[in-house]
This record gives sequence, structure tokens and C-alpha cells, in this order.
Amino acid sequence: MAAEYVLEMKDITKKYGENTVLSGVSLKIRPGEIHALLGENGAGKSTLMNVLFGMPVIHATGGFGGEILLDGQATTIASPHDAMIKGIGMVHQEFMLLPGFTITENIKLNREITKPSLLSRVFGKSLETLDMPAMARDARKALDSVGMTIDEYTLVAGLPVGYMQFVEIAREIDKTGIRLLVFDEPTAVLTESEAAQLLQVMKGIAAKGIAIIFITHRLDEVIAAADGVTILRDGQLVAETRTKDTNVTQLAEMMIGRKGESAFVTTEKRTLDENAPVALKVRHLAVDMPGEVVRDVSFDVREGEIFGIGGLAGQGKVGIPNGIMGIYEAAGEVELFGKPSALNHAHAALESGMAMVSEDRRGVGLLLDESIEDNIVFNAMQIRNDYTKNILGAKLKDTKAIRRHANEMIKELDIRCFGAMQHTGTLSGGNQQKVCIARALTMKPRLLFVSEPTRGIDIGAKKLVLETLVRLNREMGMTVVMVSSELMELRSVCDRIAIVAEGEVVDVLPVDASDADFGLAMSGIKPGQEGGGKHA
Amino acid sequence: MDKSKLREGLRNNIVTIMFIVLCAICMAFSGYTPSYVLYELFGRLSRNMFIVLSLIIPIVAGMGINFAITIGAMAAQIACILVLEWGVPGIGGLALTALLTVPLASVFGFFIGKLLNKMKGQEMIGGMILGYFANGLYQLLCLFIFDNIIPINNPNLTITGSSGIANTMDLTRDGGMAGTLERLWRLPANQAALVFAAVIAVILIISYMRSHRKNARVLAIQLAALVIAAAVMQLEAVKSLFSMVQIPMATFGIVALLCLMNVAIMRTRLGQQFRAVGQNRVVANAAGINVDRVRIIAIVISTVLAGWGQLIFVQNMGAFQTYGAHEQVGLYAGAAILVGGASVVRATNTQALIGTVLFHLMFILAPAAGKNLFGDAAIGEYFRVFICYGVIAVALVMHAWSENARKKRPESALRTDAKA
Repeated sequence: MAAEYVLEMKDITKKYGENTVLSGVSLKIRPGEIHALLGENGAGKSTLMNVLFGMPVIHATGGFGGEILLDGQATTIASPHDAMIKGIGMVHQEFMLLPGFTITENIKLNREITKPSLLSRVFGKSLETLDMPAMARDARKALDSVGMTIDEYTLVAGLPVGYMQFVEIAREIDKTGIRLLVFDEPTAVLTESEAAQLLQVMKGIAAKGIAIIFITHRLDEVIAAADGVTILRDGQLVAETRTKDTNVTQLAEMMIGRKGESAFVTTEKRTLDENAPVALKVRHLAVDMPGEVVRDVSFDVREGEIFGIGGLAGQGKVGIPNGIMGIYEAAGEVELFGKPSALNHAHAALESGMAMVSEDRRGVGLLLDESIEDNIVFNAMQIRNDYTKNILGAKLKDTKAIRRHANEMIKELDIRCFGAMQHTGTLSGGNQQKVCIARALTMKPRLLFVSEPTRGIDIGAKKLVLETLVRLNREMGMTVVMVSSELMELRSVCDRIAIVAEGEVVDVLPVDASDADFGLAMSGIKPGQEGGGKHA
Repeated sequence: MDKSKLREGLRNNIVTIMFIVLCAICMAFSGYTPSYVLYELFGRLSRNMFIVLSLIIPIVAGMGINFAITIGAMAAQIACILVLEWGVPGIGGLALTALLTVPLASVFGFFIGKLLNKMKGQEMIGGMILGYFANGLYQLLCLFIFDNIIPINNPNLTITGSSGIANTMDLTRDGGMAGTLERLWRLPANQAALVFAAVIAVILIISYMRSHRKNARVLAIQLAALVIAAAVMQLEAVKSLFSMVQIPMATFGIVALLCLMNVAIMRTRLGQQFRAVGQNRVVANAAGINVDRVRIIAIVISTVLAGWGQLIFVQNMGAFQTYGAHEQVGLYAGAAILVGGASVVRATNTQALIGTVLFHLMFILAPAAGKNLFGDAAIGEYFRVFICYGVIAVALVMHAWSENARKKRPESALRTDAKA
């Protein structure tokens, strides 16, 4: 007798060290069902999928709690290969295709059909010749089932992205005994018509009895395609429901939600002068930052404001400051206090009075083998010739001034260290972040970019960093643009928040906008027009 | 062909084109007769082609030019010394050496592969340095371990009045293996052309029968070209051009076999794995391919083939410098394949063969041209060494350049990328 559920994950709990990333999450998938898995970044979606696929990262960190049932039978999945054997397949977000291979070769990669040859009789099975016609026949069948008419001998290189996605799906379908397919953000790179076609194909696959887990952030697609939804938030199961009993707004609300007690600063409400001069004007900015591509972004930041930029990871929000500061290739127009600012020119950007606290603290942010004081004054010395003295035409470090300034900063920002000479590599994450801020401040910027300022630091340090930002803004009148994946954080300190999805600004929202509005904006739907979202 | 395609083609083959021009200039100034040049060329090709072909599989597997083939050459030389010590004569000695090279080179190749797996992305420099390091161990083996620990009884092999292997290994003594491969079967160029044309025709027809897309027109053109080429070789004028050339059929037959094997292996499951790993290790791994194992196999095959290549070389020369014959092998073979238009990520048999021809043409012509132009053969000599390194540098830069050109996306593409 067939079990009711093809897959049941019961009470899954996973800790990384002290950090609980999944607690008591359950997931039930019926055969032939399309089941959407929703959640913000860090909600635990990928960890849950890692558990399902038996990824090495799970086993290497002490395994997980709870059990997995396939067709009602308790089972252990030892490795991704094991998952494949048990009939679980994955359609990756990043294409796992080889451009130099034909579609057939890609579909049959490492599952080639072979026949014995002269070489194989001497040296063994791995030298059997490929049976290309047989492979092509299989590939044809798989391509037909996803509705692709393209020739199976075409090279993958040069195919439109949408086609690659379908080839990827065809490959999973071609695996014999497949009963559960995971689609990880499959529509993220597709055009609207391709996305619609993909949903059709998914329904077709489901109709054959193969269950589908559909991971996405596009809520309208969930309503359009899925039968059931499971929503995760902060590693916990928020809701499991049928799509017919819910709507986009409700889903958005459940996905964002209010996070319980948190160590966030509260700022008194203030109304900003609508007529304040524009500090930063960005028009049609495009940035080629791998993984955070910005396509076409325009917004204005007023003087004296804390401007938030939010959105899900990989949607392009981090690319915005990196593009403006000349760290990644960018195009478009940027004006700073009415003066055009050159792009692709990090030196000019720093000189013009902008500074940035990078999200990549240990990579581009700090020189880890240098002392705190050298890190703090490094940019100011290089760009502004501060803290140097001229002796016989040679510019030398003004050690005394540097020490004095560093000590001031250490006191001001409460950097916990043994002294200004300590190497930054030995500091904790929160203190490293403060050194980064100190360095940015030493540039005496008129506009400060802060990218993911609280990533990877503990709660106490988070609070301090955020409070510092607010203080800089209120007391020194510094305009701050803050990029963060933590919506709560943005809502606690910012004046206005721009939400970025798929490389474009969806909307600029006031901090007191509803959860539903933020949730919808994150999935690319401008509030007030749900149902008619841009992907519909 | 439109303009951008032409430019792309020029850019991809700039090294080859440069070399053809240089060879033509050197030819004009060398003062050699064409038939002498051809005689020299075929002599060099017969001893050098094989080792260049051994580089193809690692390139396909994404490991770049395997400069560690010097270690394969060392394996062959060790085998050679042992066989000389045992005194196995003639073709039997050659066969035994070849056989003995296999386990030695396989073991070395396995360790090279293991090491290179630890430095993915830096295989080329790693292989080169590994070659220098192995050279030290090889010297230890030859200077101390042989003769002191492993007794060597053949007095011709050791340094007189001291211990260790002598500086020069003479393969001509007592019916040694020198030139045995060449002496097996020699034909004048025109007859050799007929034999090879016949063999190629048979191969073409077989592969046509087995191909999934039976393109009769292409086959007809190929066969016609073959017939014309063979016919041209029979003309009196051409015959006189090749009058000094005697083709060693066995040597070139082995080279042809290796070419065939390179093609055949790419059509097997293992070959598919080489290509997959070469294109993208992450994707190959996700498909369940054991990437490290595949890379080790590629290096083992390459090392064994390089050993055989060195063997062909030394038996052709009739003697070898114990402590120096292997040193430049990797560099010269690498330069040759790059001259043929291969890059560090893409290489074919044709490129290896064309590259060897051009590279050795340069070796023959440059000193003579240098002597005639500057009155000093040494300048030509400098010139060819300089070109050898230059070619490698240019090829590496070209590769990085086209890689960058590919990566840089214009902003319009950024904007339209996802939204059609």
C-alpha cells in the first residue's frame, strides 16, 4: 500500500555548535504535489534541504535530530549520491551544466550509456565507448517531457538561460526512479514567459506523480503553481497550509513576521524635512558584482537621513554601495551633493567624501596583519595625506598623531583591545567592525555607506554598532546609507527603506509600513498591486 | 566569414601565425635547400612528436600543460640504465625498456597527481617546480644509489675511478637499442604517403559509418583531399624535394596510433569524465564524478606516454646525457603544443602535430639564419631559446586576455540579462 506522503521530515532539529538553525521543523509532501517552501534568508530553507540531501556539511557538524521518512519508511540519507539513488533530485539555482558539452552529454553526464570496445576489453569498464545514439534517444525523451523542441546535439554554450534551466530539469527527469524533485529558485533567472512555461512544466511533472519541493521568493508563483506551502522563519515552522486557503498578503505577513525580543536600538520617531537637499542621487545604476548583480537602480538619499536598503540575499542590494564606491564594475549616473561622481574609480569615490564599511570585513575591509591604529588611518593617509609629515620632501607617518587619534577612536567606539598596537586579526568580529567604522570616520566622510554592519557579530556588539551609527547621524549630521539583510535592524534605525529585488528597487517604504508590504516588496511585488504582480 | 569572426580567429591563432611568418623569414635567410630542411625536419619529428602528444590529456582534463612530464622522461632513463646494465640487445631491449617504463612512470604519475590535486589552479607552476625537485632525487639515484647500493656491474655505465652513473649513456654499444625502431621499416616519402593515405582513408570511412550524422559531403571532400595529397607526393618535383627523406614507418606509425588513442579515449566514459572535469570541477563533482581520481588518471597516462616519448627520443639519438637529457623536455614540448595553436585549456592532435613541425622548423632554421644575418650562429641560437620562452609567455597572456574579454559583460547585457 502506498504511503500517504512520499516524503515526511519529522521534527528536524539542527545545531551548528551553540547556534540552533532548525528547531522542530516538519515537512510533508504528497506524491504528485507541488509544495512551496518559503522563508527569508537564514530562515533555514537551505539547511533543511542540506539535511534532505545528506550533505557532508550536515554530517561533519554532528548530524541532525528528527527523522526522515520516504514512502512511510524511516530512512537515512548518507550522501547526495545516496539521495540520488533514493530518487531525490535537485534542480540547482546555479546551473550545473557544462558549456562545452552537448545537451545530450549534459543530460547523461556520469550516467553515460556505453558499449564494450577494444580498449575496454583490455583496460576495464571505464574505457567503454559511449553509445551516443542511445544517449540521444533518452535525452530526446526527457526534452520532450519538458516541452523543448531543441535539437539534442546542440552545444549548451550559447543557449539562452531559460533553455539551460529546462535542460537541467530534463536531466533530473531522465534519472530513473525519481520521485521527488527540489527546485531551488528556478524562476530567478527566467523571463516572464519562460517562468510561466516552467510552472506549466512543473505541473506536468507533478501530474506524473513526481512530487516537487518548490523553493522561491516569488509569492505570486506560489499561489499560481503550488498545492501546499510550508513557511519557515528563524529556523522554526510558522505555518503549513494549502494554497487555496491563503493569499499573497497573508503569505508575505507570515514570512516576515515580527521577530520576538531583540537587542535593537529604538530611535525616537522623527519626521524628515521633505525639502532637505539631496545628498546622493542615483540614476540607472548597474553593477556587475558576482552574486549581487544590480540591473537598474534609481533612488535619492536626503541630507541627514539614515537610508536603508533591504532585500533578500543575492538580489543586488549589496552591489549598490560596492558599485558606487568603485569596488565592482558599474555603469549609470551618481551625483553626490549635486556633483557627478565618477564610477569605477575607488580613489575618486573616497576623495569625494564618501566612505564605506564593507560587508566583507576580513576580505576588503581590514588588513588583518596590521595594527588597529594603522588600519584606522590607512585610507586617510593614502587618500587625504592626513597623519603624515613632510621631512625633506619625503612623506613620513606621523606616529604621534596616529596614536592620539587611534586612542580617541578606541575610547569613542568602545573597541575592546589591549591597545592601539594590537593586530586586527586577533579581534572579535564586533570589534573588527568597529575598527572598520573608525577607519571610515577618519576619512571625515559626508556620506557613509554601511554594508551588512551586523553580519557575524554577537547581539551585544550589534546593539553597539547600531547605536554608534545613530549617534553619528544625530550628533554629527552624517548621512548614512545602510544595507542589511536584517529587516528588523533596518526598521529600528532607518528613516526610509528601499527594498531591492532582482537588481531593481521595488519600492521605498516608510519604516512603519506593514509586514505584508515588506514581504511583498521582497518578492518583487510593489505593494498595492498584489494579484497583479509583475511576475503574474 | 564576417569581420568579428575573422578577428576572433586571428586572436586565437596569433601564436601560430607569428611562427609561420618567422619560419618563412628564417627560411629565406638560412640559405638551406628545401630538401635539406625536410630531411632535418623529418628526423626531428620522428623523435619529438610522441612526447608532445602526451600533453593533450591533462590539458583536456583542465590541468594545463603538464610540465611534470620531465619526470616521465626520468622514468624512461632509469629504465634505460637498468636495461643497459642487464645487457638486453636490440629491439628486445627497447621493448623491455618500454615495458619497464610503465610501472615506474605510473608510480611517479600517481604521486604527481596526488600533489597536483592539492594545488588545484596552480598545476602548471607546481608541475614545473616538481620537475626540478624530482631532478634532485634523480641525481641522488644516479650518483649514489646506483653503483653504491644497487650494484652496477657494466663498467661502461659507471664513472671511471669513482662511483655513480657516467655522464653519457651510449646505446649503440653491443647491438644496443639505438635506432632499432627506425631501422624496422623505412620507405621513401612518396611510398610512405601512399601507405598513410590508405590508412587514413580506412579510418575516415569507418568513423563515417559509426557517426550519428552521416555527412557524405564532408567525407567526399576529405577523401578527395587525401587522394590529391597522395598524388602530389608522386610528382617528380615533389619527389626530388623529399629525395633525402626516408620515413621511419614504425615511429610515425606509433605516433599515428597515439593520435588515434587520444581520439578514442575521448569517446569513452573516462574521456567524458576528463572533459567534464576540465570544463568545471564543481559540476563534475555534483554529477558524482570523483574529480581527484580522474585528474590522477590523466597525469598517470600523461607521465607514461612522456616516458615512452623520451624513450623514442633517446633510442633515435643513440645516446643520452644521464644528467641533462630530461631537463628541457617539458618546456620544449609545452612550447611546441602552444605554437600549434593550443591553449592551456584546449588542445587537439592537429595542434600538437602542427606545433611540433613549426617549432622544430624554427630550431633548424634559426641558427643558420642568425649566422647569415649577423655573422654569428650563436645569435640564432639565443633567438630560438628566447622564442621558446616567449611563446609560452604569449600563450599564457593570450589565455588570460581572452578569459577577461569573455568575463566582462557590457552594462546593456546586465540590464537585459534576466528580463528579456
